[in-house]
Amino acid sequence: MRSWIEKQRNIIDFTLSSLLRRKGKNAALLAVYTLVIFVLSSVMFFTHALKKEASIILQSSPDIIVQRVMAGRHDLMPAHYADDFRMLPGVVDARMRLWGYYFDPISGANYTLMVPPENNITPGRVIIGKGISKSRVVLEGDLVTFRTHNGKPFALEVSAILSPESELVSADLMLVTGKDFRELFGIPPESGTDIVLTVRNKKELSTISAKIVERYPDMRPIIRDEILRTYDSVFNWRAGIISVVLLGALLAFIIFAWDRASGLSAEERKEIGILKAIGWETSDVLLMKFWEGCALSLTSFLAGTALAYLHVFFTSSALFESALKGWSVLYPSFRLTPFVDASQVTTLFFLTVIPYTAATIVPSWRAATMDPDTVMR
Amino acid sequence: MIELREVRKVFNGGRPNEFTAVDGVSLSLEAGEVIVLKGPSGSGKTTLLGIIGCMARPTSGRIELSGREITSLPERFLTGIRRQTFGFVFQRLNLITGITVLENVMLPAYPAGEKHAALRERALALLDLFDLSSKQSSKVEWLSGGEAQRVAIARAMINNPSVIIADEPTAHLDTKLSREFMESVARLKTADKTIIIASHDPIVYEAAVVDRTVEMRDGRVVHHGTLQ
Repeated sequence: MRSWIEKQRNIIDFTLSSLLRRKGKNAALLAVYTLVIFVLSSVMFFTHALKKEASIILQSSPDIIVQRVMAGRHDLMPAHYADDFRMLPGVVDARMRLWGYYFDPISGANYTLMVPPENNITPGRVIIGKGISKSRVVLEGDLVTFRTHNGKPFALEVSAILSPESELVSADLMLVTGKDFRELFGIPPESGTDIVLTVRNKKELSTISAKIVERYPDMRPIIRDEILRTYDSVFNWRAGIISVVLLGALLAFIIFAWDRASGLSAEERKEIGILKAIGWETSDVLLMKFWEGCALSLTSFLAGTALAYLHVFFTSSALFESALKGWSVLYPSFRLTPFVDASQVTTLFFLTVIPYTAATIVPSWRAATMDPDTVMR
Repeated sequence: MIELREVRKVFNGGRPNEFTAVDGVSLSLEAGEVIVLKGPSGSGKTTLLGIIGCMARPTSGRIELSGREITSLPERFLTGIRRQTFGFVFQRLNLITGITVLENVMLPAYPAGEKHAALRERALALLDLFDLSSKQSSKVEWLSGGEAQRVAIARAMINNPSVIIADEPTAHLDTKLSREFMESVARLKTADKTIIIASHDPIVYEAAVVDRTVEMRDGRVVHHGTLQ
């Protein structure tokens, strides 16, 4: 065993000094390899952490949201439906919500307006997210002007700015009273945007949802899990788009790495011959090539994933946040909580380190099986 | 010690370019002897050295090493014999460039799994023997021709082989360095090594240290020289 360890150590020693001999070539390969791993891991870490973050936030979202649909479109919800839903068996509470979007031509951004259930805002005042505060250059106590549905100016006083911790979901958020909301959008008092239901037994969500569809064919109930699935799809889709864009670069790297790893130069071929002539077995040469492939691909893999971790969780994916967070004007600045999916990292490992190491060994095996006396000629 | 019987080596057998490099050579080599295979280029010296050193297999004939028939051994065993019994000094030296003199000398012993510190010590002792201690950390490409030649000999010695095989060792050396090489050979002989040299350089085959010359032409032994 001891002699086996010494053998590995000696061969690794030689492998490392061999790699250092072709510093330029190997450094270039290491850099490109690391870059590819970095980009792939960044997309992977970011999407996974974002999905995880979204799912945690959505845990506190309503059990069922009921929207009214007319001609396949979301329509205003008459207030009396809340009373009807409350009567359904299993439903603990039904509450009318008011929310919507406001396009602000000044900043070119869409704001999300909501009326909070707690009555802690006074009419004429608004609580805004950090993104709006920045884009409209307004602070607490300032007046911010909007245009109502019929074009009249509508001023609200900023009573507070939402805390930066909640920026992921609140950068573009405006909290107003029901009265101001209705005035801004022209929504009649007996209507709302949708109704949220609280259900006693969470296992009955789909039963209640089916009951609503049966009794009220113009209603569309949305269960929390469906929202989670939608978020998952959206982030997967975005990650997919990035991956497709990067596919060209990835293919170029594969060709480069394959060529580098599989094509032995005349010099390398001669060296293999020398090693065999001075007493190395074919298996010793392959062992050396194995360590060479491992050293390069493992270093790149570790460096790439470590850099991606720093990039995603410490710089908020500065390099491709616009593509992954959404196409928006107001980008929330937030720091993701590190969530890493071990199975994804393992998959990446098997898709990069193993093929590269194999690509290094196979051509060497062909060279290592030649007769050692070729070096004597 | 080494016995060759009717050894033949044919390249490209059965093809139009078939070529017989060694043709029915029988030879007996004694332990501790310095023997020179001489003859013009293409006479089969290098091929015969390769066959004796277990680098290539003969097409036919038998080779015995210390009474053991080795012609039919599988590659793994031949590699083992090559590593333990033979040390090679090649015509173009074949040192690995880019690594140090010390690493080059240690290289043949790496797969044996010897403790690194002990191996290093042995390599340093050999470098000292060939007056190369000051060059241990130099890259081999920085060495003069004579120094590189001595590194190649030290490398051939690292596994403490009983036979040293040298193929045209003075082909790229001037007269002074060639004589220095033969002095190294004399030193090896005093250490009871068997030395087989292929050369057509008179400095080599006329040297006092040489016990026997074997003249080859067209793959055959044409003359066995007497002990000097």
